[in-house]
Amino acid sequence: MNGRERILARIREALRVPAPRPGSHGHGHHDVPAPAPQAGRIPLRPVQQARAWLPPGGDTPEEQLGRFAAASADLKTDFHLLADEAAARAKLSGIASAEGWKQIATHRAALTDAVVPSLGIPSRTTDGGYDPEDLERCDAGITTCDVLVAQTGTLVVNSRTTGGRALSVLPPHHVVLARRDQLVGDLTDAFQRIRELHGEGWPSMISLVTGPSRTGDIERILVLGAHGPKKLTVLMW
Amino acid sequence: MSTAAARFLDAAGSITRNLRHRGLIQTALRKYESARDRRKAAFHDWESARQAAAETKWEAINHLDEHLVSFADKLESRGTKVHWCGNGIEARDLIRDIIRDAGAKCVVKSKAMTAEEIHLNEALEKDGFEVVESDLGEFIVQLRKEPPYHIVFPAMHLTRDEISDLFEKELGSAPTREPEELTMIARRALRRKYVTADVGITGANFAIAETGMVSITENEGNARLTAALPRTMITLLGIEKVLPRMEDLALFLPMLATAGAGQAITGYNTLYSGPRQPGESDGPTEWHVVLLDNRRTELLADPEQRDALHCIRCGACLNVCPIFKNVGGHTYGTTYSGPVGSVITPHLRGLQDWKHLSGSSSLCGACTEACPVRIDLHHHLLQNRRNAASEKPSTLERLTWRLHAFLMNSPSLYHLAKECGRVFEPLRKATEGTVLDPVRSWTTTRTLPPVAPVSFKEWWRERR
Repeated sequence: MNGRERILARIREALRVPAPRPGSHGHGHHDVPAPAPQAGRIPLRPVQQARAWLPPGGDTPEEQLGRFAAASADLKTDFHLLADEAAARAKLSGIASAEGWKQIATHRAALTDAVVPSLGIPSRTTDGGYDPEDLERCDAGITTCDVLVAQTGTLVVNSRTTGGRALSVLPPHHVVLARRDQLVGDLTDAFQRIRELHGEGWPSMISLVTGPSRTGDIERILVLGAHGPKKLTVLMW
Repeated sequence: MSTAAARFLDAAGSITRNLRHRGLIQTALRKYESARDRRKAAFHDWESARQAAAETKWEAINHLDEHLVSFADKLESRGTKVHWCGNGIEARDLIRDIIRDAGAKCVVKSKAMTAEEIHLNEALEKDGFEVVESDLGEFIVQLRKEPPYHIVFPAMHLTRDEISDLFEKELGSAPTREPEELTMIARRALRRKYVTADVGITGANFAIAETGMVSITENEGNARLTAALPRTMITLLGIEKVLPRMEDLALFLPMLATAGAGQAITGYNTLYSGPRQPGESDGPTEWHVVLLDNRRTELLADPEQRDALHCIRCGACLNVCPIFKNVGGHTYGTTYSGPVGSVITPHLRGLQDWKHLSGSSSLCGACTEACPVRIDLHHHLLQNRRNAASEKPSTLERLTWRLHAFLMNSPSLYHLAKECGRVFEPLRKATEGTVLDPVRSWTTTRTLPPVAPVSFKEWWRERR
């Protein structure tokens, strides 16, 4: 028997005696045997109901924008809702000159192609591979995202279509370019969108990014930029 | 001979007197509590969400075999190597061989309690590999050569001044009182490591059965980097980490963040489903997922306490525990401290050697109330006490109870004992807590009430 079979055999042996269902502990029901684990799945999936008990994401697009903006402020994400592509170019160019960017990294996508070249700053793309030393020296990483979540102020990047694993986390400033229709209400919606986008063949990494990198490991005092980006900017139009 | 119980008592006795330590822990936990309460208030119904989480984990653990098979098969179909290790020795040997085969010298590691559990760092360092902890708190305690103090906040027992002194001594940095400056010192020290390390080791928070994904939760981005740049990646996780479906994370990520750190959701929650895939620009070319049993199946075989495997390692039970708040994390002498540690350690490392942890509880139930997956922690502590006593009865304790029952069942003997108590009361009072006191270990920190000069029976008779 190999390790897999050995451990699975131990698990199957252990599960021969059923365990009480949650909630039946400590209320004098210790002796009542629980229903035996069924062969198939349990029909009711509690998590599908749980959505209604979680913090809300907003029902209308306006409400969702409001929640995303509030969550961003709380997280110290720099969120800008812009009128159009031209406004996004102007905004990004303003940030670039304010921070004195000399070198940036991005990836090929409709949104980045529309905005990044106009900056006139030397930029490299991560598509097809790159030298980590070069990426580490870049002042900013500019990416797109799959979906944004109003409930938590989260945005989702992946390793296949938004620049790879490191682009959104190695440079000190991560800038995300997004369209309004990429914003959804809550995490349940977000996972549904992720499944629609990638369910046929998963990228090797899907990351839910919520705010810039942070730590509270020293006296529980919040510090931004522990290892990942010190700044996170979201430009949406 | 120094047993775990003796070491626990000794350490607890000295640290509870340390008011500076207590102040530090209580300040940190007060900050946690107010943040957690604010986040809980944002839920429509926290209690129902807990129940849903408990039911989801119940389903995961009570069909663990099916879920693990699905998890492993999906991962393997995308080029991941999945290994199954029965114990810590197997896992350590396997990981050492993977690192050796990769021709690596330097290993960068993100936080993994399972690695603490099997003492991975010590083993790898003994074999000559450099292992760098990248989580800031873990980096600090690694420099101090001590285990993490808390499963979520590894360095919560240290002040900024102590950390500054440590960095000055170990890294040669200039002293500072600014947490931000201290964080940047660590950031600079670790940046080079991500780019140059050959192997990255991570832990995991959830194993998604249906899609074959590992979910890693962190705030700093160190796990993201650990999983991005080194060409070989190793992920070590306990077999109990399973969740049935990806969508379950919509519930578990907010629950973990709220209960664990008072956040709406943790900074980075990342799903990994394979090594670098065709068409991708980066990522490890090789990914090894190491599933660890290490006596978890023995806990699984106990239906009464099986729900202890529902634990998502948020640390909420530690943060509310009056014992933890007083004795602190290191006193336990275990990888997993606090109430959940006291429940599972006897299963993982032997009931008789670790039963004292189940005794060091006031059974107040704060842990059970705090647990986001509703593990019945304080009843499990009681069950451990019962199991320990029935497995290895204490003759003295049994005799004492028998004598007590005999006295209580006989009115004349009870009366006699009462008279004796009254006669010897001055002697008892004079010797309380001294070497002449037979129950000295109890009375050094407690005071017995005096024997009443008049019994209730006598008083009642006079009244009538």
